[in-house]
Amino acid sequence: MSVSAAGIRFEGVTHDFDGQPVLRGIDLHLTERRIGIVGANGSGKSTLARMINGLVTPTGGTVTVNGLDVRRQAKLVRREVGFIFTNPDNQIVMPTVQEDVAFTLRRRGLDATEIAARTSEALDRFGLTDLAERPAHRLSGGQKQLLALAAVLVAGPSIVVADEPTTLLDARNTRLITGLLVSLTQQVIVVTHDLEVLDGFDRVIVVDEGRVVADDVPTTALAAYLSLLS
Amino acid sequence: MIGLYRPGTSLLHRAPALLKLGLLAVAMVLVGLVADPLVLAGELAAVVLLYALAGIPPTAAWPQIGPILWILLFAVPVQVLVAGGSVEGWTTAGLMAGRLLVAVALAALFTLTTTVTAVLEAFQILLRPFHRWVDADRVGLLVALTIRCIPLVAEIVREVLDARRARGAQGSVVALAVPVVVRSLYAADAIGEALAARGLDD
Amino acid sequence: MTARSAFARLSVRDLAQIAIFAALIAALGFPGALSLGASTVPITFQTLGVMLAGAILGARKGFLAVLLLLVLAAAGLPLLSGGRGGLVWFTTSPSAGYPYGWLLGVVVIGALTAWLLPRYPFWPALGATVLGGIVAVYLIGVPVTAINLGLPLWAAAVDSAKFLPGDLVKVVVTVLVAKQVHRAYPGLITPRRTAPVSLPAVDARA
Ligand SMILES: Nc1ncnc2c1ncn2[C@@H]1O[C@H](COP(=O)(O)OP(=O)(O)OP(=O)(O)O)[C@@H](O)[C@H]1O
Ligand SMILES: [Mg+2]
Repeated sequence: MSVSAAGIRFEGVTHDFDGQPVLRGIDLHLTERRIGIVGANGSGKSTLARMINGLVTPTGGTVTVNGLDVRRQAKLVRREVGFIFTNPDNQIVMPTVQEDVAFTLRRRGLDATEIAARTSEALDRFGLTDLAERPAHRLSGGQKQLLALAAVLVAGPSIVVADEPTTLLDARNTRLITGLLVSLTQQVIVVTHDLEVLDGFDRVIVVDEGRVVADDVPTTALAAYLSLLS
Repeated sequence: MIGLYRPGTSLLHRAPALLKLGLLAVAMVLVGLVADPLVLAGELAAVVLLYALAGIPPTAAWPQIGPILWILLFAVPVQVLVAGGSVEGWTTAGLMAGRLLVAVALAALFTLTTTVTAVLEAFQILLRPFHRWVDADRVGLLVALTIRCIPLVAEIVREVLDARRARGAQGSVVALAVPVVVRSLYAADAIGEALAARGLDD
Repeated sequence: MTARSAFARLSVRDLAQIAIFAALIAALGFPGALSLGASTVPITFQTLGVMLAGAILGARKGFLAVLLLLVLAAAGLPLLSGGRGGLVWFTTSPSAGYPYGWLLGVVVIGALTAWLLPRYPFWPALGATVLGGIVAVYLIGVPVTAINLGLPLWAAAVDSAKFLPGDLVKVVVTVLVAKQVHRAYPGLITPRRTAPVSLPAVDARA
């Protein structure tokens, strides 16, 4: 794989929902380890983030992940990119904690012993071992988001995209989840309204009305964002 | 997934679900054919013995089968009436009531002594000849997904009811059902998206 | 996955909708069934859930949602109204026919609703929902009651008549809810009457 293929690349990306333009002419090359995306409600952040693993396919332009086209190679792209949603309730798809973590692996056709080993390893890493048999709905919001993270990371993606992962969490759990995201070895892309989440990030992208209006180191980008708000 | 299962270690608990299912089917046919009150009495005694063997008091089945037996208050008089109030009518009605009692108690005993997982596995084996039409993997996924969704939807219903109470308990059933359904559909969208993101291809 | 699989062409969203509606039917049975005296079939909102499954998800997805709920209940989960479950309710109980009636009813409602969309006019929709939610359900439910109790058909019919008022209310609620939901969330059921021209065109070629 050539060096230029690495990372996430948006080239002339546009997107319409029912004829309404949501993204207009996005060109980005994302290679930094920690990237934040900020912007007003409805500016197109979630649409942009979802494109990175093919949940939304662009109506114009191309998005590639490590050289893979998200439109034509969605299946491979989804192995590279793990996605964390805002509402932890709606991303837990199996009845119990352990089954939910194992679910991702079962789709990969691994054998039972390997699934069990990797599942318990992931549960251990996120401090969920004691909750393994617990029905998912009995977890607290923070525990649910931990489970979501465990279920995504157990499959070993090289990129993690999180769309407002802390919006429904209290301050303590926000810090817990943010800390975990920052400590990952993977490339991490976080959409957020909580600017504290972006502490220690390498790059921040400001989206407004479907365009990238600022793209810089956090201090500069956030200054531009704040002036946009006022 | 405990369900209505009553944990135990008896022979009935340990017997394979498929075998129990087969025996239950045979027993039901036989019970349906009984025309002799004495045989029926024997069967009733056998059912009590089976409950004893399983270590389950027959009263444990009551919450499940009690409501069924209420119908006898209606059915028995009707049968006697249809038979013109004759002695024969009473015998027919008595036999019917006895057969219902035995059949219901047996079916309940199966459920009380068999785990949900074991029953589902038995169903899956019975479905095997139809594997060309029924994809066992998808069925398994749907079953698990449904069990996951029940608390989720129950929570949606509770929240909508609470919201109504907060507004002073106004609004019709329609005004309640619409938000429940719409929110459930949105939840389904989000879950579908999560499934896709985690590699379940359509 | 074979092309003939009953689950072929079901998207992940379809799967999620089926599971959510199966769960919804179960949840509608939770608040405690309102029994009408000494009745075989307690009146609950559960049958409302069945009718909604047909009128909102359509025949195929609605059928699978109801089937899924029934399989879980038969396996021993207490998901039928009033916390009931187990094989009894599908075999020897006097009300054992009704679950099968639900399966027929949800298909009837779903198929007819596909013809009525996207307009979904009130009276035809009401007729469709009565046909599926009441006629089809009783068509199986009543004879099974008669068989399992050894009663003449008329006696079983008389017994089941007490559920009619409640079921009619549920039919009206279903139509009103489905109308609003289809407006808020279009595209759940593909309308049948797409191109009225296509039939004569096929004839001409034949
Ligand atoms: N599935 C969809 N169908 C139609 N329109 C949509 C859909 N998803 C998003 N939109 C529209 O696209 C626009 C951008 O939405 P998006 O969710 O990307 O915004 P966002 O920046 O994430 O906003 P927020 O901060 O509120 O999450 C909005 O106007 C929204 O209404
Ligand atoms: Mg968003």
